[in-house]
Amino acid sequence: MAKTEFPKSIISRPVYGELEPRNGTSHLLIADGEGGQAILDVVAKADDGFLDRAHIIFIPKDTKEKYVSKLESLGAKQCYTGPSYEAAVSRIRRVLSDASNGLQIYLAGSEGVMGQAQREAMNVGYPFQSIQTEHRGSKARRMQCVHCKGITEDVITDPFVCSHCGLNLFVRDHYSRRLAAFQGVCIDAEDPGNVPDPVEIL
Amino acid sequence: MGIEFKKETFRGDYTFSNSPEAMKRFPFPFDKDSYMYAVNMEPHTPVREGSVYYNSFDVDEHYVSEMADRAMVLDEDPLRCQSLPHMELHGWDLLELIMVEKAKDYPDLFQLTRDGDKWHWVNKPLGIDDKFTFMDASTLPYGPMEYITRQTQGDFCVLDQREDNLWMDAGMVTTQADWSLDFDIGMNFFEWHAPVPLAHEKGIFVRALKFLLNIQQGAPARRLNWTMTVNPLLDTSPENYHKWGIQKTTLTPENVGKKQHLRVELQTFFRLPRSNGLVFPIRCYLACLEDITKFPKWGRRLHRVIRDLPEELATYKGFIDNRPMILEYLSQFDDGAETSPGVWPED
Repeated sequence: MAKTEFPKSIISRPVYGELEPRNGTSHLLIADGEGGQAILDVVAKADDGFLDRAHIIFIPKDTKEKYVSKLESLGAKQCYTGPSYEAAVSRIRRVLSDASNGLQIYLAGSEGVMGQAQREAMNVGYPFQSIQTEHRGSKARRMQCVHCKGITEDVITDPFVCSHCGLNLFVRDHYSRRLAAFQGVCIDAEDPGNVPDPVEIL
Repeated sequence: MGIEFKKETFRGDYTFSNSPEAMKRFPFPFDKDSYMYAVNMEPHTPVREGSVYYNSFDVDEHYVSEMADRAMVLDEDPLRCQSLPHMELHGWDLLELIMVEKAKDYPDLFQLTRDGDKWHWVNKPLGIDDKFTFMDASTLPYGPMEYITRQTQGDFCVLDQREDNLWMDAGMVTTQADWSLDFDIGMNFFEWHAPVPLAHEKGIFVRALKFLLNIQQGAPARRLNWTMTVNPLLDTSPENYHKWGIQKTTLTPENVGKKQHLRVELQTFFRLPRSNGLVFPIRCYLACLEDITKFPKWGRRLHRVIRDLPEELATYKGFIDNRPMILEYLSQFDDGAETSPGVWPED
């Protein structure tokens, strides 16, 4: 699956590129789902020695076994497969906590996982502009309910129901890097009960 | 000239109103019969004694009740006031700016005595008399930004300046035109303005940022912005939109003059001396259509502006559905006569 094209949007909406190997003292590659292929692709473009300094963190999600053995057999210095982002995040924090100058960060897959991993890196001082990202696979979004502040993961329709307070929310393109989430706002506040049929997010 | 502070509410029974004196100084935002986004900055220097443009931080008859409303909002939702860890110095800059200016402009209401870092602040309208050590937050009941903005009308965005951009890294936001500090905190100038239609394409934000980055200490700037609000509701936050949105549907031809308010933001911009940040106060003034149209020039002009406003803007400002009813009401005040240039009602 190739990298994703998104419709033109507002300036706060993240844009994603295509992972390129960069010179670095070490390489941290984090991906979920179809992002596994993006890791395989960037490694294929890299020079000898890249993998000797690479740490791959992969969360298969729906892709299950599709990429796991391919990634494990690359021969990276460290390769971890985790059951969920929540399970992997303490490992990510630990790796970032002793990262030295020259660490290159590569993120691929869903917006939710890339956004959260980017936030971890920003929290230890990496400028977000220096972190490479490539979107692959699901267009599901991580949404913050502006009303109750609860986060609903993997939202694939607009509107959707907040998993915390139950309000019907429409999906905005306004995005917060600090929250690693898009904003959801009540759609039927001015006409309670008038909720359009959900459509798949583009 | 003493100010008589009103006891009034901005929610529930909505007892807010403007006195005739307050209406005479209402910051009517339209200097001609049409409106489109513009940077429209001017120096924040005193204009016309008694106007809202005369002092650095305008204090008016609504002061005490607005501060009570702010305290209620913060009790319900403390996230309306946030400051990222690197922003405390900006908070002290802001506290100093407001205390010095208010004590200078309103000596009968506010007093500041400084002996080195030992400061004594008296706020008579709110009954506050505090001694504290400047730059030592443990000597204040709140952080410096929160402390002083609980005592100052208007929302406050405190901006950090770096990488040739401005970053919304702290704020006190309880009287906002439908944007969320909790969501936008940490964003840069272009990001937090991302949802605004048309203005990006016109290059407004690029020019505005260039202007703001160059604001110098002691040379603040100002501009006006506006929207429409049903009922004199200060807290038109997205957080509570699911509660107040329904109020937009309560307009009728009979009540529109009293219920529909023009909401004007006096936005000012001050350089902060120690942090080199910028503070961006957004002061909200509300007036109902009935009171505005008592000034014939304003009545004529408001009708024309609302009538000719591009649909995207009426939608973004949230009154597209009510526009026909508002226009029906305003049209009775527009006899087609010419209006004089400028915002002042009698000129």
